[in-house]
Amino acid sequence: MLKISTNPHMQTNRDIRALMLDVVIALMPAAIAAILFFGIDALRVILTSVAACVMFEYLCCRYWFKSENSTKDFSAVITGLLLAYNLPSTMPCWMILIGAFMAIVVAKMCFGGLGRNIFNPALVGRVFLFISFPVQMTVWPVPHFLQMISPDGATGATPLKILKSIDASSSASTQMYSIDDLPSYLNMFLGNIGGCIGEVSTIALLLGFAWLLYRKVITWHIPVYYLLTVFVFTSALYFITGNMKFLPFAHLLSGGLMLGAIFMATDYTTSPMTLKGQIIFAIGCGILTVIIRSFSAYPEGVSFAILIMNAFVPLIDKYATQRCYGEKR
Amino acid sequence: MVKEYMFPMGGIHLKKYKITTDCPIIDAKIPDIVTIPVKQHIGSPAKTLVSKGDKVKVGTLLADADGIVSSDVHSSVSGEVIKIEDLPSSSGYEEKMISIKTEGDEWEASIDKSDKIIQEINLSPEEIIAKIREGGIVGMGGAGYPTPIKTAVPEGKKVELLIVNGIECEPFLTADDRLMVEHAEEIIMGARVINRALGIQNAIIAIDENKPKAIEALTTLSKRYVGVNVKVCRTKYPQGGEKQLIRAITGRELPSGKLPVDIGCIVQNVGTVFAVYEMVLKNKPLFERIVTVSGDGCRHPGNYRVRIGTPISSLIEETGGLSDDVNKIIIGGPMMGNAIVNTSAPVTKLTSGILLLKDDSFSKKEASACIRCGKCALVCPAGLRPYAIKQAVTFNDTTECLRKLHAGDCIECGCCSYICPARIPILDYCKIAKQEIRKK
Amino acid sequence: MNDLILLNMLILGGTAFVAALILYLVSKKFAVKTDEMVISIAAALPQVNCGACGKAGCADFATACARADEPSFANLYCPVGGAAVMQKIASIRGFAATDRAQSVAVLRCQGSCQNAPAKIAYEAISSCRIANRISSGQSGCPDGCLHIGDCVKVCKFGALSLDKTSNMPVVDSKKCTSCGACVKICPRGLFEIRKQSPAGGMVYVACRNKQKGAIARKNCSKACIACLKCTKICDQIKVENNLSYIPPEVDAGVFGEELAKSCPTSAIIYKERVHG
Repeated sequence: MLKISTNPHMQTNRDIRALMLDVVIALMPAAIAAILFFGIDALRVILTSVAACVMFEYLCCRYWFKSENSTKDFSAVITGLLLAYNLPSTMPCWMILIGAFMAIVVAKMCFGGLGRNIFNPALVGRVFLFISFPVQMTVWPVPHFLQMISPDGATGATPLKILKSIDASSSASTQMYSIDDLPSYLNMFLGNIGGCIGEVSTIALLLGFAWLLYRKVITWHIPVYYLLTVFVFTSALYFITGNMKFLPFAHLLSGGLMLGAIFMATDYTTSPMTLKGQIIFAIGCGILTVIIRSFSAYPEGVSFAILIMNAFVPLIDKYATQRCYGEKR
Repeated sequence: MVKEYMFPMGGIHLKKYKITTDCPIIDAKIPDIVTIPVKQHIGSPAKTLVSKGDKVKVGTLLADADGIVSSDVHSSVSGEVIKIEDLPSSSGYEEKMISIKTEGDEWEASIDKSDKIIQEINLSPEEIIAKIREGGIVGMGGAGYPTPIKTAVPEGKKVELLIVNGIECEPFLTADDRLMVEHAEEIIMGARVINRALGIQNAIIAIDENKPKAIEALTTLSKRYVGVNVKVCRTKYPQGGEKQLIRAITGRELPSGKLPVDIGCIVQNVGTVFAVYEMVLKNKPLFERIVTVSGDGCRHPGNYRVRIGTPISSLIEETGGLSDDVNKIIIGGPMMGNAIVNTSAPVTKLTSGILLLKDDSFSKKEASACIRCGKCALVCPAGLRPYAIKQAVTFNDTTECLRKLHAGDCIECGCCSYICPARIPILDYCKIAKQEIRKK
Repeated sequence: MNDLILLNMLILGGTAFVAALILYLVSKKFAVKTDEMVISIAAALPQVNCGACGKAGCADFATACARADEPSFANLYCPVGGAAVMQKIASIRGFAATDRAQSVAVLRCQGSCQNAPAKIAYEAISSCRIANRISSGQSGCPDGCLHIGDCVKVCKFGALSLDKTSNMPVVDSKKCTSCGACVKICPRGLFEIRKQSPAGGMVYVACRNKQKGAIARKNCSKACIACLKCTKICDQIKVENNLSYIPPEVDAGVFGEELAKSCPTSAIIYKERVHG
């Protein structure tokens, strides 16, 4: 029997699963870096988080939606990886489970699953954990390479915490660090610094970015505009105030900025759909990140910035249209 | 380094599948019975001039254009008219067709059957346009817009440039490619004929970079003719779209709802230009065309010169028959062509290819929910937001909403459906949107 | 300490007072005047905003009802709410409600999988409107049901469902409000809003195929073949373009049974009672 269908009769083989698999591959260098720097504990965090996310999605599909199992599209794996990358290696397993529950069940499946969620699931999980367990979330084990150099230090501060506390205006009692405590740019670039397991190694994340661009999973706009905004904004503040806490390169290389800009802000579902919208979104993320990092009580602002901008996405989508063929430039 | 031309907005890169590039054009067998539809163009159907029992020759006028937007239809065989009635077309809907039983192959005496290429054009522009009308020539790229209307420049408009479209950006199809390789000089002469009708001196033949032989053949020949130039375009789908080609060659964009004439351009397909040459200089009306028969389910793919009205089934039979594992038969290319229902339907003036597809990669997959990746907006060559159109159609939004989204400017190229990772047939929704807009 | 509490109370209380004042003034200034009658009529309406009455929505219809005089009110009708709702609105306005025969959507096709076997297969086609464009359909009948169910999706009252065995939309006459959404959406115009005859019955030709009898029969065993038998029973019935059409004026109670029996292809459907 002949079949009929509508044109086009060709479709790309890059379906959701293929795209998501490419994101997973792009996240692998960071996983290797994490295990290299934080040892077997990092592996434990990653595996727990991924397994928990996949399990929760499977259970939701099976017993709640009673629909086809959607874990096959790998989006839950990505959420699990991203959540793990946003946690310190000392995180207890049961807390990771709670984070995964918040990410998958509350932030994703409650909205109807992939494509319908408003907020980035991994970030919702992280922010929930960050607010609920601030102590566990801000204990930063010193990476192994660093430990070899100063074995007595069990925990270390992240570069952002150092930047925050060298602010002269903050109360003198909490001032524990000086600008000399800041790790070298090379260490920051390689990832030999304290922090969440997946966010430390800039080079590993950039490798992932290169893969995503090569496979055309994302366009360069969101990450580049995001990083550029942060750089320009901190440079401006640095040159106007002269305050060392605005050191532009330190901001660019530390904290979750790279991870956020490359993998979280570019999440398909929670970012605008047109290039114009994506640029507005990225610039908004950048400005909010610098504001939160510099002027709030928190040393890190990437997750809050992206979540806040996520809420603006429907609005951006409504107004940031693109130029049609034949319209005036 | 030659400058390469390409439209900047959207577009995709497709796998080419041009397996018949090196197959010379073969004359297809003349079938025992041909069925010639009286409507093979946009506009009103032609008025039938013959009746049952009439004897006709190859090139005899069967039906006369009814009104301005219409076209003549000629007999493609010699023989006897056996019936004039409604028969199912390739889509299964019935259309009025003239069936002719073949007896021999006797051509009308006025047709110049020699291979000699005629170089002089002695006709006035009006005479040329009248001849094109007599030849029943329509846009052979797929739209089927009657060519005489396109070549007659409306009062007050000024045409500066003729673009001959030799892009053929659809995968599989090589009919235009072979035509350019084998009949390069005729195409150049055809372009000169149209130039004379338009009263201009400037023609550009645009060819895709993946057709080196055609580029070579036409470039060397075009040096001998003043005003005819070859421009090579970088491969990107849908470069062959009229609006996209104009943008690539001239750098100008056609405002919504305007015709190419409004910005001084005329675009003609190479097949049309060849037909114009044959009619104007050799008196041969449009009763045969080059058809690529290809696809992964085709045993002997190739390029055939087919008489219009030949049943698709007999053409398939000639290329090795229809095997059981063929899933779909498509008229045209895989991106914009239509899957057909009825293989006894005839080849028409607009049939650029017949594809027999069996591979799983050519079958449609079930759609899942939109993941909001925005790729459809990124690849849309018309700069639309197909996802928004889809949403408006699913929620039965008003026509006003669809108009605001410029849904009427969709060129139905299929890039959005092609790229969608969720396999959503976005183009279907765009087509519904266009339909709704047209209804009002 | 007490001072502090007092100060807090004053500041907060003051803020609250000022805010309340602003809210009050704004609501006064921008108040939308609404007619009491419009509100009470709107309350009686089904509030599904289907547009079946020809107005933009229930609110629009309520306004029209409230403004209409007696003769023009007789032309206003909410097919969804039916006689009961119109009665209520009429009593609000103090008019007498006009009587209307109950109507229901009927599907004028019987080209199910069994009656009209598929000759080709659909591949991921999501809409009847698209299927109608690309081909004459699975069975080959150019006027028959396409089995995808745009009508089911568009029905706001859940009165339509796609039957699993026959693959045809089925009208639940109890739920059907004759809003006409299915009539508008069907690309082949297979639905008709038909008034029932005085006795509550209905008779209609369930076929729209305009092909010649022999071809029509090839596609579907229950096609109208224009044999003209029905025209001999009732002279109001007309056969045009190889297709018979029974006008709604034909009394189903009188001719229904005979017509259904006479049809050689059972293309004529007779229902003794449509509702209940």
